[in-house]
Amino acid sequence: MVRIEDVVVSFDLGGGQEHTVLNKLSLEVKQGQTVSIIGSNGAGKSTLLNSIAGSIPLHAGHIHLNGEDVTSWAEWERARYLGRVRQDPMAGTAGEMTVIDNLALAARKGPRRFRIATPPRFAREMERKLAELGMGLESRLRENVSRLSGGQRQALTLLMAVISHPTILLLDEHTAALDPANAEIVDALTRRFINEYDLTALIITHDMKRALEQASRVIMMHEGEIIADLSGPEKEKMNVAALVRLFKKVRGSEYAEDRDLLI
Amino acid sequence: MVEGILVEGLIYGILAFGVFVSFRILDFPDLTVEGSFPAGAAAGAVVASAFNLSSNAVLHGLAVPAGMLAGFVVGGIAGFATAAVYHKLRIPPLLAGIVTMTGFYSINLRILGGKPNYPLITNNPMLKLARSFLGGALPSEWSLFASCVLVCLVLFGLLDLFFHTEIGIAMGALGDNENAVIQAGIQPNRLRTWGIMLANALPGLSGAMAAAYQGFADVNLGQGVVASGLATVMLGELIIRSQFISVQLLRVLIGSILFRALMYAARSWGYVAGITPNDLRLLTALLIILSVALSRIKRKR
Repeated sequence: MVRIEDVVVSFDLGGGQEHTVLNKLSLEVKQGQTVSIIGSNGAGKSTLLNSIAGSIPLHAGHIHLNGEDVTSWAEWERARYLGRVRQDPMAGTAGEMTVIDNLALAARKGPRRFRIATPPRFAREMERKLAELGMGLESRLRENVSRLSGGQRQALTLLMAVISHPTILLLDEHTAALDPANAEIVDALTRRFINEYDLTALIITHDMKRALEQASRVIMMHEGEIIADLSGPEKEKMNVAALVRLFKKVRGSEYAEDRDLLI
Repeated sequence: MVEGILVEGLIYGILAFGVFVSFRILDFPDLTVEGSFPAGAAAGAVVASAFNLSSNAVLHGLAVPAGMLAGFVVGGIAGFATAAVYHKLRIPPLLAGIVTMTGFYSINLRILGGKPNYPLITNNPMLKLARSFLGGALPSEWSLFASCVLVCLVLFGLLDLFFHTEIGIAMGALGDNENAVIQAGIQPNRLRTWGIMLANALPGLSGAMAAAYQGFADVNLGQGVVASGLATVMLGELIIRSQFISVQLLRVLIGSILFRALMYAARSWGYVAGITPNDLRLLTALLIILSVALSRIKRKR
């Protein structure tokens, strides 16, 4: 469960000027719900996920995760409830470490112990989990992550994000940097993991089609505010064309090209 | 001569372990070592000789481990100071290291009792033990070498084990991608603090052993040790390439012995090319440049 109450985030532009990125934003996402977040660049989508995860400070407002007020928690403390994948495949993994060491890091949340991290039993279990990804990673357990392709690396990051059974998954355009074939695979994995691990998921995407397909609820953001919140029958009626029309109505003439919205 | 190179190589190899941990594992360019190494030398020398002079038989018998532990602990304290300054003030690692190193110059003088030099000529339990190690089965110089091998092997084994534990893996990831560590629910600053402490405790121990080997502790012992430690690490990386931590640790010791051999060669036969002991620092600097350049060429191929 994620509850955001009147969150304000603004950046100092210098000279006493401030740019408000999130403007008294509130949002509640129920346990097990998948939400797509769409909106143009600068709408505050990434800032929203960053403020949930604690990567940036809030000016005002409260963040609740699983019923707990985590507003004052540091990012590493909130991570206990969260799995996160960003757009950059480099962001979530330690590139100069092996696949299995990365998995050992992600396998559990919280302080580490003086205990061998990758005993044979753990390696066998990971081999099995990697084989399930279908990306040929099971034979590359002892290779450095930097040698993997972008798609493999992002699939691994996704596995690392869910392997410790967090309750909430935050995805920030995690397939946008991948080629279409790999994006398709990682998207399918995402859907599978959300079901398998029973996750509450917030997914930022630029792909309207995907936004509708993957989630039971679609949120549209503009200039730091939620301007449309579609779920239930309202969302079921929605198709890509109607969503684009809605989008254009808000954005005005700035967004003239349909194809920009449909990538 | 060979024993001398090997012994020096192993003693300074322990220092290089520390440089390896900060520069390579934590990706934290730490200059504190210029303070923690002489601090370890001072504390090791003072504590070992004080214990040795004690009339209490137990304390007297514990002089060597106490001296080594004192060096290790004092080095760790220096590392803690750097980590605290770095995390609290959010200043660059280099500046944090310089601050501690500068402060420890005075602290080291205090440890040495206000004098810049502390001789161990008649009262050097660590060297005495090392020379008679194995009950005189070996000539004293080789006994010294064997004792250094033992210390280095134990440290190598412990470090290798450590970097296979959950904490060790997390430390390695911290230097690689802090974000990945945060995502694992680990407090990154606390972990880095432990790492920087380890990266200075090892040079502290190395300092305690170096003081015993030379027969004195000196407040200026730390000058240039970061550069020579770095040259050692790079030399090792140049000759042995590996992604396995065990090999990476072992090659630090090999690099250290090689570095000492090169320096010995420069001292002994350098006069042919007009090299004097004054030029050794320049050679160290050139060696670092050469190591980096060669590793680039190697990577391109």
